[in-house]
Amino acid sequence: MRSLAVRAGWWVLSVGTMVGLWELAAALDLINTVILPPPRVFIREIENQAQFLLPQIGVQRIGGNFVALTAIWASFLRIVSGLALAFIAAVLLGSLAFSLRVFHKLTYPVITLLAPIAPVAWIPFALVAFGIGDGAAIFVVFVGIFFVLELAAVNSMKNVDQHYIDTARVLGASRRQVMWHVIFPAILPNLFVIMRVNLFGAWMGVLTAEMVGVNTGLGTIVLVGRQMMNMNLTFLGMAMIGIVGYLLDAGLGLLQRRVLWWKSVAHV
Amino acid sequence: MGEIVCTNVTKVWGVGTTREVAALENVSFSVRHGEFVVVIGPSGCGKSTLLMLLSGLEMPTGGTITYNGEPITGPDADRSLIFQQPSLFPWRSTIDNVAFGLQLRGVPRKERRQQAEKFLRQVGLREFANKHPHELSGGMQQRAAIARALCLGADVLLMDEPFAALDVQTRFHMQSFLLDIWLGSGKTVVFVTHHIDEAAYLADRVVIFTARPGRLLDSVDIDMPRPRNVISPDFERYRALFVERLRSEVTRAFQEQELAEMLDTRIK
Ligand SMILES: Nc1ncnc2c1ncn2[C@@H]1O[C@H](COP(=O)(O)OP(=O)(O)O)[C@@H](O)[C@H]1O
Ligand SMILES: [Mg+2]
Repeated sequence: MRSLAVRAGWWVLSVGTMVGLWELAAALDLINTVILPPPRVFIREIENQAQFLLPQIGVQRIGGNFVALTAIWASFLRIVSGLALAFIAAVLLGSLAFSLRVFHKLTYPVITLLAPIAPVAWIPFALVAFGIGDGAAIFVVFVGIFFVLELAAVNSMKNVDQHYIDTARVLGASRRQVMWHVIFPAILPNLFVIMRVNLFGAWMGVLTAEMVGVNTGLGTIVLVGRQMMNMNLTFLGMAMIGIVGYLLDAGLGLLQRRVLWWKSVAHV
Repeated sequence: MGEIVCTNVTKVWGVGTTREVAALENVSFSVRHGEFVVVIGPSGCGKSTLLMLLSGLEMPTGGTITYNGEPITGPDADRSLIFQQPSLFPWRSTIDNVAFGLQLRGVPRKERRQQAEKFLRQVGLREFANKHPHELSGGMQQRAAIARALCLGADVLLMDEPFAALDVQTRFHMQSFLLDIWLGSGKTVVFVTHHIDEAAYLADRVVIFTARPGRLLDSVDIDMPRPRNVISPDFERYRALFVERLRSEVTRAFQEQELAEMLDTRIK
């Protein structure tokens, strides 16, 4: 409890110092506040809710008065759907590659070639293939993470301690039961680590897609701010991007500790 | 029931590869129903390999193994294998580990937990039912692993140096504990060790293997009432006999070191 308070204290101090210096510089006229508006100013931009309903910024109004939420929600949904789909697909195809050597041999070279392609590099293709909208953004997250995750899944499956598998088999487990009760739980922690490591890349993918063509969501807010020469809007968008990204990582970390707490104390 | 007969059993690992290893050669011996047999031999002589074959996880490359008169074709919950390494699943609570075999058979949760609790009580771990493996000591983990085997009603316990990783004091407790469980249970035990004292303390009969490829060197009935006095002249006699038989088998270079290891006793 105390350590939490101490951590929170440092957090406040750190963020407070940055904001304070920024505000100070603005007050002393050291920076051009049109280009670099201080937090106090750009945060107030959020009161201008109507602008988030512009067709190219928000998405359809999802109710409530806080319309900026629609943009946050749009980006959030995209990354979460992309991650979830990539996770499911990676586990499914990974299992197939793990149990079927031919399939592994056939797909491995292709996947290792595709894995290093950065998510943003897929955007042009995604826009052409899926058109403007959620599909393209979700696809970018998906390809950004699927290949790495699939490789990690196969690799982790191969490295599951043979004693666990043998124990299950001796206790009467079928191949399917070994997969479900031993291999999946054993590799889950690794997959979570990979997801977290690649989270920011995927987040970048979504935002970039939103800037260059998807036309809704947080990425679009930043861009529209520039086009309208309204840096308040741009910085507001950036702040929201930072906060949502932070919360995504924290959420994933929480899930990791909640569900996979045993990994930190045992080695599989 | 629990009779095992090996006839001319040979096991070569990696047949057809450049890394062929003959682990067992022409091994013939049998284990009577309800007998406590200890297998001892220098490290690498194929003791673990033998248990893999008896469990059905691996097939011999030559000869036959029968269980109750039937050839062994695969793993069977009737013959449970317990490893030296802790093999409890770290993501399951102790009780769910013990109940795992029943779960594989589709026994409903409430029922299998009731069963598991019975066996946890037998091994003195009832208060630890909801703890996870990392919260148990090494000795407790092995007791839980034994409970897991008993919970499925295994008639044969195949134990691969189950206490080797424990400290001397705990090992001594576990040996007495195992005898308590076994006495009067009618269960058959094949127990692998490379500790001479452990063999003399536990066994009805000690089977001695040669260095690799493991062949049967000798089979010695231990004619001492239980509980055995480890500082009696009788015990000393068996001990000297085993040292004598094994001396020629441990590799010359490491002879003294390895024999010393095998004598690493609990009365030291
Ligand atoms: N799964 C395996 N694959 C290939 N070789 C093995 C395997 N298990 C054991 N061996 C080899 O068989 C020999 C006997 O090993 P093992 O049965 O583990 O001996 P012990 O248990 O008596 O120390 C060793 O040379 C070992 O390298
Ligand atoms: Mg061994």
